Amino acid sequence: MAHQSELIEKDILAYLKSQEEKSLLRFITCGSVDDGKSTLIGRLLWDSKMVFEDQLAALEADSKKVGTQGGAIDYALLLDGLQAEREQGITIDVAYRFFSTDLRKFIVADTPGHEQYTRNMVTGASTAKVAVILVDARKGLLTQTRRHSFLVSLVGIRHIVLAINKMDLIDYDAEKFKRIEDDYREFAEPLGFSSITALPISALNGDNIIEKSANTPWYTGPTLLRFLETVQVEDDRAEQPFRMPVQWVNRPNLDFRGFCGTIAAGIVHPGDEVRVSSSGLVSRVDRVVTMNGDLDEAVAGQAVTLTLKGEIDISRGDMLTVPEAAPLFTRHPEAHLVWLHDEPLRPGQLYLVKSATGITPGRVTDVQYAVDVNTLEQKQVTTLGLNEIGLARLELDRPVPFDPYRENRDTGSFILIDRFTNATVAAGMVSEAVELESHKALLADLEPESGSTWTRRISLSELSATSLNVVDLTAEYGAFILEAPITLLAHLEKGNRVLFRLRDLGQLPAVALLAYEHNLAFEFDRTLEGISVLLFKRGNLPQDRVESDTGTGI
Amino acid sequence: MTSNLTHLQQLEAESIHIIREVVAEFDNPVMLYSIGKDSAVMLHLARKAFYPAPAPFPLLHVDTTWKFREMIQFRDRMVQESGFKLIVHVNEEGVARGVSPFTHGSALYTDVMKTEGLKQALDRYKFDAAFGGARRDEEKSRAKERIFSFRSANHRWDPKNQRPELWSLYNTRIKPGESIRVFPLSNWTELDIWQYIHLENIPIVPLYYAAVRPVVERDGMLIMVDDDRLELKPGEVIQHKSVRFRTLGCYPLTGAVESEADTLPQIIQEMLLTRTSERQGRLIDHDQAGSMEKKKQEGYF
Repeated sequence: MAHQSELIEKDILAYLKSQEEKSLLRFITCGSVDDGKSTLIGRLLWDSKMVFEDQLAALEADSKKVGTQGGAIDYALLLDGLQAEREQGITIDVAYRFFSTDLRKFIVADTPGHEQYTRNMVTGASTAKVAVILVDARKGLLTQTRRHSFLVSLVGIRHIVLAINKMDLIDYDAEKFKRIEDDYREFAEPLGFSSITALPISALNGDNIIEKSANTPWYTGPTLLRFLETVQVEDDRAEQPFRMPVQWVNRPNLDFRGFCGTIAAGIVHPGDEVRVSSSGLVSRVDRVVTMNGDLDEAVAGQAVTLTLKGEIDISRGDMLTVPEAAPLFTRHPEAHLVWLHDEPLRPGQLYLVKSATGITPGRVTDVQYAVDVNTLEQKQVTTLGLNEIGLARLELDRPVPFDPYRENRDTGSFILIDRFTNATVAAGMVSEAVELESHKALLADLEPESGSTWTRRISLSELSATSLNVVDLTAEYGAFILEAPITLLAHLEKGNRVLFRLRDLGQLPAVALLAYEHNLAFEFDRTLEGISVLLFKRGNLPQDRVESDTGTGI
Repeated sequence: MTSNLTHLQQLEAESIHIIREVVAEFDNPVMLYSIGKDSAVMLHLARKAFYPAPAPFPLLHVDTTWKFREMIQFRDRMVQESGFKLIVHVNEEGVARGVSPFTHGSALYTDVMKTEGLKQALDRYKFDAAFGGARRDEEKSRAKERIFSFRSANHRWDPKNQRPELWSLYNTRIKPGESIRVFPLSNWTELDIWQYIHLENIPIVPLYYAAVRPVVERDGMLIMVDDDRLELKPGEVIQHKSVRFRTLGCYPLTGAVESEADTLPQIIQEMLLTRTSERQGRLIDHDQAGSMEKKKQEGYF
């Protein structure tokens, strides 16, 4: 912390003044195990004088005890906080680290490279503006390098630092460096990053981290710290149309009714027109209230309280926006899902969807495709497992205001929560609103059996095993019997679920009979769509979930 | 773009968002108030979040009965000025057993009077969310803790099974008996806290400012003789030194630093020029390696 120590000593007030205008940059580091991520961050903290004497003493002692550098200082130990990790010698979760220079305060998300912990990387990347991707100079690009790059692009990071580490072990070879850089640029081209900056570094020796290294005279670019201090991360949120999810309605007495929230985009002034997403009603901002006095203007990122001129009904879950650029207001968002949990996605099952405007029950009706994170190829799937990414369609119990994620991370994101375990099971990024395609299963009339002319037999035609699985009976009238083809049963046998939409309760016996005949469990639900029945094979459920699937309804 | 928010403005907004989210989604939240500088900032942010209304939750102070007297005076003054409801909880069982930092050692004492006391209070009032003023830069195991940190019905933290936390979307769902500890200051550093106190003129306990105080030297630390319960050991002499505290807790466990800094800018100046991190003034971390992580798993804040 010795930056500007002279000014601190001589004129602390001037120093404090100079620090008030500092900006904030959040970045993420990612790489494979042993790429030296923790060492790199440890080095940044170390060289920017953020390590105190007592921490240094502890670090020296720990380096001798559990260090991997033969008793020399092991910078990684500054970061590997949890005891279990120290013993394993790897980072197992996201750690947040802080350091600052005279220009910026930095928040670093240190994330693991282990395949099974991809969820942690997505977590760390969700708030980051820059990604530092580490590559071992000896190994070049690995599968995980590609995976991490894809993930950070998916999560909306636009600036990449390709930190080619362990340059000391390839004798600071400029050609090898260039080859890795070229490989990377070629691979990353379709990901559409705004900038890619390749740096030859050695985290262990400190080459090109803070100081320019004498070992790489051929390298003329910035050091890592210099780059991080000066990179312009476009925060164009202030230029976008105004959006504020209403987080809390503040009503201490009859005379005050304030709408609290964090501005997700744009600017707001007293007198501006705002539109309520749920009702479409428009009012005018009266005051922008804060404890430090009313504001003439508030911008994206600020947490404020607005009062409006007219009395209109607004509650948590609403979004206030400019009238001429309303958000999507939909029950059927299409979104990229990153599955974060051991237990795979169950299409058709009800989850809780938490977005910027609160919690709404909803289900995934369809997985369009999954993306192979190594090749970026799309593949047909019926569900998503841990660390899998796919494009999915959702159906929410009520309409929710969203923006496309590429336009706004705050109003375009959501998480899925398991209703029974309360685990956070997926991260979602909205791409657009789509009309629900519910006629995936075609019904075919069969000849009525002799003697029962009043009954129609409806055969569920071939279901594509890779699509979902909504059978819409809402247009069917009269009594009928359902017949399921073998492909459908095989589909259910694999753990898939089929959602039946019914026009009325009179159709229930036919679905119940199907379940009865084939030993299927079902969940009954009544939603805005009408009556829904979810059929599934009980035996495929993990033990701990059996209690929740008693067929008694939601 | 009209203006870029500064780092302090961004931190403030993030904290206010977190505090409001808790009030919107929990039935019975409480704010742990430890009287220190971080608590002072947290309380200030809570007032800002709900202005002009008072914050819709009480403060809870788990009193070990060994706090500095000036802390208690300050606490009562702040409660009066801010209009918060204050709940003071003392582990009476621990008091009845005569548990003190002198007779039982800092580890057992902290466990009984702080951790147990806290759990008792959370159970008694059935709080489903509790704000704490911990920061991620304080200690290594804190660096990995979520802002909304799940606790089992036994108040335990499972560091290997934390909920992923993305964007500013916090999973607030719990079952009856479970709770969430919420850390609105997670992303603040010690320097941020001091700068913000300076910028916003937030009152802090006078013990942070240097003054001549009676101290004894014990185990390499300067311990203030705050009342007559501190028994002098052989060879110990009460000295009067100009000292201040970088962190506040129970007086027998909190080391003073010699200092002349009696204004806020001087404190910040001293902090910037110093080379010793702030938790070193506390005995609690030194008991065993990874001690904070162990305590946290058991329910300590």
